[in-house]
Amino acid sequence: MNNNSNEIAVILSSALDNLDLIQSLADCVTSFMSFDEDSAHWIGMSVRESVTNAIQHGNKLDLSKQVDICFKVFPDRLSISVRDQGSGFKADEIPNPLDSDNLLKPSGRGIFYIRTFMDEVEFRSLPHGGTEVYMVKKVSSN
Amino acid sequence: MKIETRTIGDVRILDCSGKITLGEGTMAVRNTVRDILKSDGKKIILNLADVNYIDSSGIGELVSTYTTVTNNGGQLKLLNLTKKIRELLQITKLLTVFQVFNDEQAAISSF
Repeated sequence: MNNNSNEIAVILSSALDNLDLIQSLADCVTSFMSFDEDSAHWIGMSVRESVTNAIQHGNKLDLSKQVDICFKVFPDRLSISVRDQGSGFKADEIPNPLDSDNLLKPSGRGIFYIRTFMDEVEFRSLPHGGTEVYMVKKVSSN
Repeated sequence: MKIETRTIGDVRILDCSGKITLGEGTMAVRNTVRDILKSDGKKIILNLADVNYIDSSGIGELVSTYTTVTNNGGQLKLLNLTKKIRELLQITKLLTVFQVFNDEQAAISSF
């Protein structure tokens, strides 16, 4: 695995207006890395879903709290980390949206989509509070 | 997000375009369908051909709209799914919930 990377770090306030901005940045990164159209779309959506969760559920729309996003561009992969300053959550306790009881629920699909479209996804509790979503998409899996 | 409503017989067709994402996009669908239900419209088709982006909130809004229409004694059908919307519905088993059409006349005739 090649560990030489270029890093792009962004700090956003917890405003939903920032979603289009961060998705545009994700689109620039995936275009730079020459991901195919479908992969680029799903990476952009995964970033958008992660940042939405960070703003809405993590930071609870508190504008004084920030979301830290870091794209790392490797020759063979893209890694993305999204950190919030919330009180944390347990990803394994999120209901399965495919269960018949949950099928008609209006929410609860974002993390499922992220796990579907990215090659690696981890949810990490940060030492000083908050959650990090760490995602990887391999260039070879295009 | 833009919605233009057409009426063919007693069927309302909502031609949606743009993005259905958290906030403005999802509210637009919700408000338009609520107004149709208020005016006693029971047969609704969402034409998604020109929806160029949807997120999980948008998918959730389609589900919520389906439930609202059904609970009010109506029927909601989807028309002209883009490849990506179809994929998002398929992997979350929602293609088993919605009636989906690629042909407008077939969608109208299905009520």
